[in-house]
Amino acid sequence: MSPISIIVLIVLVVLTLVQVMRISEISSEIQKGEDNEVSPKDNNTQGRLMLLVGFGFVISVLVMYVAWGRLSLPEPSSAHGAEIDSLWNLSMLIINIVFFIVQPILFYFAYKYRGKKGTKATYYEHNNRLELFWTVVPALALAVLIIWGLNVWSTLMMPENEEEPILVEVYAQQFNWTVRYSGGDNELGYATVHEIAGANILGVDTQDPASADDIVAKELHLPVGKPIQFAFRAQDVIHSAYFPHFRAQMNCVPGSVTNFQFTPIITTAEIRQNKDVKAHVEEVNEIRTAKGEDVWEFNYVLLCNKICGAAHYNMQMDIIVETQDEFDAWLKEQKTVAETL
Amino acid sequence: MSTTTTEKNNHFQDHLMEHHHEENFFTKYIFTMDHKMIGKQFLITGMFMGIIGVMMSMLFRLEIAYPEQSFPILEFFLGKWAPDGIMDPNMYLALVTIHGTIMVFFVLTAGLSGTFSNLLIPLQIGARDMASGFMNALSYWFFFLSSVIMVASLFVEAGPAASGWTVYPPLSALPQAMPGSGAGMTLWLISMTLFIVGSLLGSLNYIVTVINMRTKGMSMTRLPLTIWAFLVTAILGVLSFPVLLSAALLLMFDRLLGTSFYLSDIFIGGEVLSYSGGSPVLYQHLFWFLGHPEVYIILLPALGISSEVIATNSRKPIFGYRAMVGSILAIAFLSFIVWGHHMFITGMNPFLGSVFTFTTLLIAIPSAVKAFNYITTLWKGNIQFTPAMLFSIALVSTFVTGGLTGVILGDSALDINVHDTYFVVAHFHIVMGLSAIYGMFAGVYHWFPKMYGRMMNKSMGYAHFWLTFITAYGVFFPMHFLGMAGLPRRYYSNTAFPMFDNLADINVLITYFAIIGGAAQLIFIFNFFYSIWRGPKAKQNPWRANSLEWTTPVEHLHGNWPGDVPVVHRWAYDYSKPGAEEDFVPQNVPLAEGEESGH
Ligand code: HEM
Ligand SMILES: [Cu+2]
Ligand SMILES: [Cu+2]
Repeated sequence: MSPISIIVLIVLVVLTLVQVMRISEISSEIQKGEDNEVSPKDNNTQGRLMLLVGFGFVISVLVMYVAWGRLSLPEPSSAHGAEIDSLWNLSMLIINIVFFIVQPILFYFAYKYRGKKGTKATYYEHNNRLELFWTVVPALALAVLIIWGLNVWSTLMMPENEEEPILVEVYAQQFNWTVRYSGGDNELGYATVHEIAGANILGVDTQDPASADDIVAKELHLPVGKPIQFAFRAQDVIHSAYFPHFRAQMNCVPGSVTNFQFTPIITTAEIRQNKDVKAHVEEVNEIRTAKGEDVWEFNYVLLCNKICGAAHYNMQMDIIVETQDEFDAWLKEQKTVAETL
Repeated sequence: MSTTTTEKNNHFQDHLMEHHHEENFFTKYIFTMDHKMIGKQFLITGMFMGIIGVMMSMLFRLEIAYPEQSFPILEFFLGKWAPDGIMDPNMYLALVTIHGTIMVFFVLTAGLSGTFSNLLIPLQIGARDMASGFMNALSYWFFFLSSVIMVASLFVEAGPAASGWTVYPPLSALPQAMPGSGAGMTLWLISMTLFIVGSLLGSLNYIVTVINMRTKGMSMTRLPLTIWAFLVTAILGVLSFPVLLSAALLLMFDRLLGTSFYLSDIFIGGEVLSYSGGSPVLYQHLFWFLGHPEVYIILLPALGISSEVIATNSRKPIFGYRAMVGSILAIAFLSFIVWGHHMFITGMNPFLGSVFTFTTLLIAIPSAVKAFNYITTLWKGNIQFTPAMLFSIALVSTFVTGGLTGVILGDSALDINVHDTYFVVAHFHIVMGLSAIYGMFAGVYHWFPKMYGRMMNKSMGYAHFWLTFITAYGVFFPMHFLGMAGLPRRYYSNTAFPMFDNLADINVLITYFAIIGGAAQLIFIFNFFYSIWRGPKAKQNPWRANSLEWTTPVEHLHGNWPGDVPVVHRWAYDYSKPGAEEDFVPQNVPLAEGEESGH
């Protein structure tokens, strides 16, 4: 911040405050006698406002669900995604039930029991039964969520595979992504930051025989229906590989390799026909044409979701999910490490 | 124990009489050791920092609503960081970072706990002052110094720290990674180190005072819930802040001495750095070992304040006093074993993730108990809508709204897809940010007469409340939907991804709410300062409350009570007790003949 601007600002604030003070001094002359105690009239207005604004809030939440529900991500494009979404839906159902019961009660009580002259509150200290009740009920609901949640979590993180997954490395650096396919041997050659030089941006050790058939690319192509085992690396700071459409995310941490596995189940071509996606694209393109920008064609994307520096907001890579044949054809066109380095 | 304390207190009083007139401006207002004045110092400093923090949020909200557009006001405030009025991405991140740091630590930790623990602990337990007035003053001065350094860091050449308020290395450790990780980050670490020292001094003092200096009859089960909350908060602070201190020191070593605690195998700026063997995730464990308890360090005092305000203004005992104490203790205990829920996707062992999911969701149980007990306290009350009461009710609302989404985020399987999105921003602002700010406002409106001997203006209080309540939900509730659309947080602009283009309108809407809400705080600031000098004189017990602070005279005295320290005969919640003439019976009133005391 520039120091002069701060000084100017402080002066301005002081000046306004002095002016406002003058005005309200005059106005308080007028309404002398007001002693700032809460009167029954205040209780009436404030109690009514509680009811009005409180219910207004609850209703506006409903309105938001209706108006913005469409903004949520489309149906999951990974095999495990459906599990996550059903767990999400159940959790949302439970918390919304609680929300739509508790909030109205809160605001209603505030209104109903607003202070009135001559009434006295009921002395009501505790009630063990009642308190036990609202300890046990949340505990039961949570037990369901915990058990189901842990189940989903462990199948996600420790998947059992019928076929051997394809090994793909996702490599993060400020501010872009690179991928490396393991080639025919399905084994990634050793790589280290110490080998980074020139075109070898991933630091692949060319001495390692496993690296010869590795393929480095700037677009993530995935065959549909095949489990993909991702290995994540980062060279400078922490990044996070976020695949929102696949309900997948994993941090990329310098100095270590992290993993995540998922199976894409919807190809890019298919998802473009999804009606929610179509509506989304249409809406976006209306906005874009109005602004004179290029029209957008839906693609899966990989985003960076851990603050990593100035261009963090624009660290992305397209993901293309295609049939096995298309995938094989694409892969064949790519050069191997042995060919490029 | 308490008898000797009372004797000591009375001795203290004689002592005071002799020296009464030696005070000058400096000893009275600046280098004071009086807990009431120190409380006010924390409040004013916290408010000043709050103004800076909120103004920063206005600037970055403007940017995020109108990305990469030119606003002269940005150039005016940010100078070279907004050439031609267009904010630099590094400055966006710096503003977000310092905003978070200021709000979490300087406003809602020091400004909230520091103010009200200092003001209320001696007054409500019946003590003449804190156990150590000197340590207390020192605690403020460390905080003050750390605030000065944090503000100074805004002016360094390469800009202030910008790696997020959590300052994860390597981003925060390497000046090559972003300009903010240079001198700005060094100042950030120095400032936080001083902050922690100050906070530890304060917390130790609060604990010792509550344990040792309660007046006669003030058993632990008669303590007002405010004091319980302050005590547990202080214990949390003493146990967790040292861990952050070590985290910060190790980070400083990595930055300045070339050690490798957090760094390993890094290639940046065209070269391989010589760090090896460290782990960036280690930092996250240390950070969140404080970080999660920290959210309760922020929240518990606000819950304590609202318990007091809600009981007083419902003219009813707080419902389930023991359950309220129990849930504070349960929350505090659990808060130490849930930190991993911030790290589900760092590649941690999946089994560990399961454990953290389990412990995290357990916290919802004591939280639910608290929420229901508040609501039952309102039931069949005779509610007096003071501005403090309005803010306390709003706190219950935000605590429920935000706590519920915690159930989603705490579930590791669900967190995968919303981690670090706007869904998280919505969650923690509502449950922690808003609840704690509301608690703080409630505290200021409620105890202003105790602090300044005058009343704040009621009508301005109402206007402030309604504008704040409406705009705050308007800002944070829609963010859930942004998060569910997959929008990551800490993005300078959302224009790089066409898939987010249809969220732009919501971002504009949020910014409108933010600006109106920010402007509404001017009403509060004006009301506050105006009332200090011009508010109507307060009565001794304006809210007709039971706790001991209202038995002190309006004029502040060193030592609080002109005569003996009152003796306590009952708990703080005998409101509308059957058989009593008035609808409140202060704690120092002896039991009437035949009257039963539950506490
Ligand atoms: C029902 C109880 C709660 C649960 C289950 C819960 C759970 C969580 C989880 C799992 C996260 C991490 C989400 C992520 O990063 O993806 C989170 C974030 C956060 N929570 Fe809560 N929470 C609860 C209550 C609270 C309370 C009471 C506060 C504050 C007083 C709070 C403050 C925060 C903050 C500050 C963050 C953001 C940290 C960051 O910057 O990443 N939470 N919460
Ligand atoms: Cu990144
Ligand atoms: Cu946490």
